[in-house]
Amino acid sequence: MTPPPDSLIGTIETALREPHPGRITIDREPDYLHDEHTLWSWLTTTDHKRIGILYLLSITAFFIVGAFAAGLIRLSLVVPNGQIFSNDTYNKLFTIHGVVMIWFFLIPSIPATFGNFIMPIMIGAKDVAFPRLNRTSWYIFVSASLFTLFTVVAGGVDTGWTFYAPFSTTFSNTWVVPALIGVIVVGFSSILTGLNFIVTIHTMRAPGMTWFRMPIFVWTMYAVSLIFLLATPVITMALILLVMERVFHIGVFDPALGGDPVLFEHLFWFYSHPAVYIMVLPGMGVISEIVPVFSQKRLFGYRFVAYASIGLASLTFFVWGHHMFVNGESETSALVFSVLSFAVAVPSAVKVYNWTATIYKGTLRLDTPMLYAMGYIGLFVVGGLTGLFLATLAIDEHVHDTYFVVAHFHYIMVGGTALAFLGGLHYWWPKFTGRLYPEAWGRLSAFLIFIGFNATFAPQFVLGYLGMPRRYHNYPPEFQLLNILSSSGSLVLALGYVFPMVYLGWSLRYGAKAPPNPWNAKGLEWTTASPPPKHNFETPPTVDFPPYDYRRRETRV
Amino acid sequence: MSGKDVNPGDFPLALWPPSASTEAVQSDHLILGFTVLTLLLTVPIFLAIAWFAVHFRAGKDVHREYSDKRNRLLEVSWMLVPFLLTLIFFYWGAKLFDIHKHPPADALRIEAIGRQWMWKFQHPGGQAEINDLHVPSGEPVMINMISQDVIHSLYLPALRVQMETLPGRYTQLWFTANRTGTFRLYCSEYCGTDHSRMGGLLTIMSPADYAQWLRQSGTSISLASQGRALFSSYGCSGCHGAGSAVRAPSLAGLYGSPVPMLAGGTVVADSGYIHDKILDPDRNLIAGYKQVMPAFKGVIPEDRIVLLTAYIKSLSPAGQDTQPGQAGPERTP
Ligand code: HEC
Ligand code: HEM
Ligand SMILES: [Cu+2]
Ligand SMILES: [Cu+2]
Repeated sequence: MTPPPDSLIGTIETALREPHPGRITIDREPDYLHDEHTLWSWLTTTDHKRIGILYLLSITAFFIVGAFAAGLIRLSLVVPNGQIFSNDTYNKLFTIHGVVMIWFFLIPSIPATFGNFIMPIMIGAKDVAFPRLNRTSWYIFVSASLFTLFTVVAGGVDTGWTFYAPFSTTFSNTWVVPALIGVIVVGFSSILTGLNFIVTIHTMRAPGMTWFRMPIFVWTMYAVSLIFLLATPVITMALILLVMERVFHIGVFDPALGGDPVLFEHLFWFYSHPAVYIMVLPGMGVISEIVPVFSQKRLFGYRFVAYASIGLASLTFFVWGHHMFVNGESETSALVFSVLSFAVAVPSAVKVYNWTATIYKGTLRLDTPMLYAMGYIGLFVVGGLTGLFLATLAIDEHVHDTYFVVAHFHYIMVGGTALAFLGGLHYWWPKFTGRLYPEAWGRLSAFLIFIGFNATFAPQFVLGYLGMPRRYHNYPPEFQLLNILSSSGSLVLALGYVFPMVYLGWSLRYGAKAPPNPWNAKGLEWTTASPPPKHNFETPPTVDFPPYDYRRRETRV
Repeated sequence: MSGKDVNPGDFPLALWPPSASTEAVQSDHLILGFTVLTLLLTVPIFLAIAWFAVHFRAGKDVHREYSDKRNRLLEVSWMLVPFLLTLIFFYWGAKLFDIHKHPPADALRIEAIGRQWMWKFQHPGGQAEINDLHVPSGEPVMINMISQDVIHSLYLPALRVQMETLPGRYTQLWFTANRTGTFRLYCSEYCGTDHSRMGGLLTIMSPADYAQWLRQSGTSISLASQGRALFSSYGCSGCHGAGSAVRAPSLAGLYGSPVPMLAGGTVVADSGYIHDKILDPDRNLIAGYKQVMPAFKGVIPEDRIVLLTAYIKSLSPAGQDTQPGQAGPERTP
């Protein structure tokens, strides 16, 4: 990202070095974007803000790759008999899509970008606790993910992102081992980020920033870091065992070698269910920031929402078995995992009620971030409730491994996390770049995404209940109509994604300059300049106010 | 799909899948009931959000006063009441699931073997079919399945059930169909290249038609008799047969009875036990014998294990009791 040469700050910076008569000179630290210009300065930076931007650029690139694969999948499913690609190509496509979207987009999306950029500012810190470790984790992330991307695109892997054994260890003839190594290595960047955030939140808070003065976004970053630290090692270990079995024929999962394939499912979901909360909690954090700002009202039930975040991060470790109701799990475990999954819905529901109560009697502005937040609430509720359907044993026996599941997790992950990501991107865009984005375009694409998303995924609930299994390249002709509907919806959705990439890029150069606090928001990140100076604050802040310090009781506006 | 001789028109697009058992109808009621509850819980919230968004827009002069007093009772009840209401559906779903987990002892037992990328079904009378499955209506049918290679899953949407088919371990699924007709049958667990072609048709027939179908289809040498032939061709009878020189346990009466283990305790000899014993006899050593039996892992495929097991079962009274499926004429040589 090269800075726009005509920007105010760019000028200031030059001015400071060699003052020109007639140009304004302000005696102020240059902002983080203009502190140094070279590519090298970006690649060697330890500034959490620059690292956040590096992550933002890399995950956007991965999102484009994953979305492209999704487009090809939807294209293929327009016809029932799989004429467009070979079966193997189709299987490789959904593997690329799943691996890239889950591991290289959704998991790092909000924590590594907004978490890196905004979280330290929110607690009044100068940087994260271990800035060089932070840079290392970005390097691990890009090198491992580029390597994996190369193996899944150039060689191809056909196991799906779930890597179930013994298919992945004994039967697949594709580049499974390199892909596994990539995913294993990428896990270390999550672990390092989690560690860094936990230490940062414990030790770097500004004077007066007590735990219950922290914005909810910081709470969710803390909760997510706990999951990163506790769950990621399990998947690392499970995937290493896959490599050992595939390369050295050490029997762990393949019964022909004396192993147990259900063991892999347990290990896999012990990580991958908490992983869905790695995706979902940060989304909730972003929405909990946006809703109070655009309602100009305090977040309702702040403490409840904070506890609910930690509650979710803990409960999520006890429900992995709901992915295995029909996979040879005992009836007793199925019952226990079912009822625990119902319990997980409670803290999620708390949040939805509290956002609604926050809006009530607020002073609402329906700007783009708020539109995304409202879309998020709707889609997340649908995703969560269909999750309860899946947690109902007799329903899961029918819709497990069908398009119903596909629809469910897309409502949560795309309708939820991806919408929260876009909402947060628009909300903090002025802070990141010092520019305002064009509001009308923002609203238009928020609408397009909402409509396109529902058109794409709502038909899949019906397909699933009708019995169309997932990962099917050839499907019975009676399902064609609904598949065409879904594929058409994805075109609208794609358009909705292209717009922001264009107008946000455009705004970097042509957007209006952003004031420090364009939204009239509370929170430390809005007390510093847009974009912030290198060390975040001109003078280190002290905190003597509660979070979301909007009007309390109000007379008429 | 193997339903080669099916025309698209034979399965019209419906908005609700056909159901072929009373449990399937109950599953439908369950999801419909749950949908109604969730609509009751969420529609008010969605409407409220939409209304607030319009009513409390900035710039509108509306009443925005509110009290900072919190109503704990209200807050706790709006969490607890919906949760308790959803638990009704947990219970209902668990009860149906429990039924699905307990096949009646007299169910007609069909063996299913999954492998990349086809299903093989074996009826007790020895009739085998590939990808398509014929079953009688009005009587319980239990499908006992195992995979030859990777994980598959047998999915019968018209009956609203599926069960993963694991390598190395038997799993079961059962139903009582209450109507005749032709429905789809799938593999629902991703298993490689032709996963999406690993399916066929489930044909539910009246008991008379089923008996007729059995008579007309190919072999009618029962599974047990086919197993007896294998028992000698694999050399099992050399050790386990009467008057053999090797000290090996007699298999008569084995099925369903407890076997004392070398390590202490007993294990009931079911299909899974016999399966493991044949493939990997070193795993559960039996008290009182010197283990000299060779491992047949990689030698005997799963569909033949099924035949051997059927034979061993036929040697014990317990096994005969659970073999009601002698629908086909038994032409024992
Ligand atoms: C070399 C002789 C030998 C051959 C050949 C042999 N077995 Fe065995 N079998 C044994 C012995 C000895 C045992 C008991 C060993 C132990 O598990 O401790 C045994 C145990 C068993 C058991 C468990 C019996 C029980 O009481 O629990 C089964 C079932 C069995 N064999 C089936 C077979 C089948 C089927 C074959 C042919 C495919 C076969 N065996 C071939 C010697 C043999
Ligand atoms: C109320 C909370 C939730 C409940 C009760 C729930 C329940 C379930 C259940 C029971 C399944 C298994 C379905 C099956 O395989 O048959 C499932 C699948 C899935 N869920 Fe959820 N879920 C919830 C929230 C989430 C969230 C927050 C996410 C992601 C951000 C998510 C992502 C997924 C994914 C990815 C799968 C499918 C995985 C696969 O098989 O590839 N779920 N969910
Ligand atoms: Cu889960
Ligand atoms: Cu399959």
